[in-house]
Amino acid sequence: MLPGSFSRIYAVWLRHVYILSRSVPRLLEIMYWPSVQMILWGFVSRFFAARGGGDLTTLDIALGTLLGAVMLWDILFRTQVGLSIAYLEEIWARNMGHLFVSPLRPVEWMGAIMLVSLCRAMVGAIPAALLAVPFYGFSIFDMGLPLLFFFFNLVLMGWWLGLLITAMLVKAGPGAESLAWMTTFALAPFCAVYYTPDVLPVWMQQAGQILPATHVFEGLRALTMHGVFRADYMWQAFGLNLFFLIVGASVLNWAFNDARRHGTLLQSGE
Amino acid sequence: MSSAAVISVSDLVKQYKTVRAVDGISFDVPPGSVTALLGGNGAGKTTTIAMMLGALLPTSGRVQMLGHDMAKDRFRALARMNFSSPYVDLPKKLTVRENLRIYGRLYGVRDLEKRIDALAEELDLGEFIDRGLGKLSAGQQTRASLAKSLVNAPDLLLLDEPTASLDPDTADRIRGYLQDHCKRSGMTILLASHNMKEVERLCDNVLMMKRGKIVDRGTPADLVKRYGRKDMEEVFLDVARGTSALSAPPAHHPDPESPEGEAA
Repeated sequence: MLPGSFSRIYAVWLRHVYILSRSVPRLLEIMYWPSVQMILWGFVSRFFAARGGGDLTTLDIALGTLLGAVMLWDILFRTQVGLSIAYLEEIWARNMGHLFVSPLRPVEWMGAIMLVSLCRAMVGAIPAALLAVPFYGFSIFDMGLPLLFFFFNLVLMGWWLGLLITAMLVKAGPGAESLAWMTTFALAPFCAVYYTPDVLPVWMQQAGQILPATHVFEGLRALTMHGVFRADYMWQAFGLNLFFLIVGASVLNWAFNDARRHGTLLQSGE
Repeated sequence: MSSAAVISVSDLVKQYKTVRAVDGISFDVPPGSVTALLGGNGAGKTTTIAMMLGALLPTSGRVQMLGHDMAKDRFRALARMNFSSPYVDLPKKLTVRENLRIYGRLYGVRDLEKRIDALAEELDLGEFIDRGLGKLSAGQQTRASLAKSLVNAPDLLLLDEPTASLDPDTADRIRGYLQDHCKRSGMTILLASHNMKEVERLCDNVLMMKRGKIVDRGTPADLVKRYGRKDMEEVFLDVARGTSALSAPPAHHPDPESPEGEAA
């Protein structure tokens, strides 16, 4: 950290807080999708639990496995989208030209938008998690400490995915902004979010092994179905996340330097 | 480079595939001066400014700002510089005060709220400082953008068409403010402008660009005299249209800022 780094990171964070705090529609949108997903999947879990015997244990497992997976996957997705949107906000506002001729270092900007994306993910996830309690009597917080490990690893994965997608947006221009919403969904089948990896073709299982989320969701099922916390899954996910985080930050830094070579930084806009 | 130069540009080139946007220009800008970078559309002014800001990497050549090489050490220079352009927006959904808070923090300004109050008074922002930037008139937005560019009390200010699209009254006020501010603070300004009255009023030196090269330079009075014209508007037209024998770069011009008098 350089002198003034915290002040610059805070400045970028504050800019996004100003935007969000005065836009009720934006805030509602962030909360809306996770809550709707949770309500929908809660009923799906109940339906399958009823068909699978209907006893309380089956229902608990179904809720823990499916609803827990829905909520945790949403944290990953919202973190990634939040990070990419933080970049797109600057493009939409045609503000990149001012930001990148200020003393703000690219790495500080990355740190700031990671923080912004985490805040956005929390704003979406917490109401959904709280709503699940009165709706289904399911509290994700009952998972205790393991929840922190799941959460932490999925946020890390959301960050590096967001950095890579932002790098693509820097390179391809704002016309490719749909990448911000599409890319993570394409990885969901490989990550075995709602099922065990053994239902996948072998090549998909192998590809899924390099994605940290696969290990997180295996860990989630080990906890909800067998009551076991598998630290090895968390370490595998963490190692992969660290590697990809370095890759993501390096690729985004390269994309910025490439934009400086081609003169696209000052021209960024809708 | 002159040791006292605030801006020192040497053999600067920017090549885009088949287009050479900037073609081996060199110049120094002394401290406390106001220098205009003039030229028609596509002359290479904005590309040159972008390289001075570190937002664009040169193909070759060197840019030193405030003694720092922009290729290696740009952030130390950027902390003491600032920039304003009507073509690069500030976030319009934020109020003027919020924008100033954000940029004040980015530039590490101490006693930020006091600084914002002082700028509000100097630039007469009080009436609209708590309104969204997008709801302001063009003149108010320009004053807000100028306040942002002065928030860190920069030693060097780069301005791209500071009074473009402003009515004559507002434009005159902005020029008056810049003139006074430079006298008081000793700040150096480099500006790109298409308004020759503005150049005559504000600038000590002029660099004339055409097709990526500096084709002439001097004080406004010197250029007017040398071209045998009545004002800078006519000199500009001569250079842009190539209608004067002088519009081709001469072998040697006395140049107050460059002992070599090189015209790139």
